[in-house]
Amino acid sequence: MNGMPSGTILAVITLQMEKVSGGAPIFFARDEEEQEKIALYLSKILDAMVHDLENGTYVVVRH
Amino acid sequence: MPGFQLDYLKVILIGVLAGTATRINLLRIDYRQYPGYPHGYLAHAALGFIASALGAVAVPAIAKPDYVAVTFLALAAQQFREIRNIERRTLESLEKTELVKRGMDYIEGIARTFEARNYLVMGTSFVTALAAHLSGLPAAGVTAFLALLASRYFMSGGVIGDICDVVPARLNFEYAILKVNEIGIINIGLKSMREKILRDGLAVMIKPRDGNARATVHDIGQRMAIAFTASVILGTKKDIDIAEFTPIARKNPDTGEVGLYIMPVEKDIEKLIAAVKLTPVLESARSKPLNAVSNVKAVEEKVV
Repeated sequence: MNGMPSGTILAVITLQMEKVSGGAPIFFARDEEEQEKIALYLSKILDAMVHDLENGTYVVVRH
Repeated sequence: MPGFQLDYLKVILIGVLAGTATRINLLRIDYRQYPGYPHGYLAHAALGFIASALGAVAVPAIAKPDYVAVTFLALAAQQFREIRNIERRTLESLEKTELVKRGMDYIEGIARTFEARNYLVMGTSFVTALAAHLSGLPAAGVTAFLALLASRYFMSGGVIGDICDVVPARLNFEYAILKVNEIGIINIGLKSMREKILRDGLAVMIKPRDGNARATVHDIGQRMAIAFTASVILGTKKDIDIAEFTPIARKNPDTGEVGLYIMPVEKDIEKLIAAVKLTPVLESARSKPLNAVSNVKAVEEKVV
């Protein structure tokens, strides 16, 4: 759609700071509730989908 | 010459009439078979008219005899190939803004069908005009009717319901993975989405009856066509910012069964099953590996 190739990780939302680093923007959340909220907002903003890696980390990916 | 000889104008008229009637009749099947197809009744009826005129004119051309005139049929073939291109281009440009994609295979199948329709129409008008020329009006009527039946028979093609059983399936989550029975479909991150999917989603299992059917539903294009048809008939809750609601068909790699997940507007499992069964088997997906087995065996014996 807008430029980005599909399958790109656009953002990472995590509860565990020590588990993530790297290229995509990273958002730290205090608790699960905040994490859900940030993920939902980001998915709406970016027209992308939220996936759960089940280690306290969500990724927002455009398909 | 026999006494009932009709003049050429009448012969042509009868042929054209039969051909155009066939096209209009086939159009009704088209829209039932391809529910997501954008309508263009007049364009297709007009093209059908031209095709039937070409078919009908061939009879006086041969009878006259003016054999060279028949070469214009080659021109007609060229013309109809163009129809396929036009259809393909139209559908391809629509595809860009389509939330649930048809897929290239489906587009190609539709384009090819619409081209083939015109050859059928041409054939119908040709045989009808021929019958009118040789043995008069009643014979023409009978021939037109038979040709109509034949073209309906040939062009209805196969549907998924012919080769697969379609049964209701259960949506469930294994952690974040959405599953249709045992087939993993997609990772859904948001908990609110998971709840909504379990509440409003529908799923069916498409069970191929034999190896040929398994090869057909293995085809990605065929699966896209199934998802597309289902979402056209039941509606879809998907929007540009809710990719989670995209209808998806994934196969069980071990059994070849395909699970389809959809978020319909109308939650009606019977309708979903009917929609899946109604999906045409795409020509590009139709393969018959079972028929090759005897050949493979023969070669195997030679090699080993």
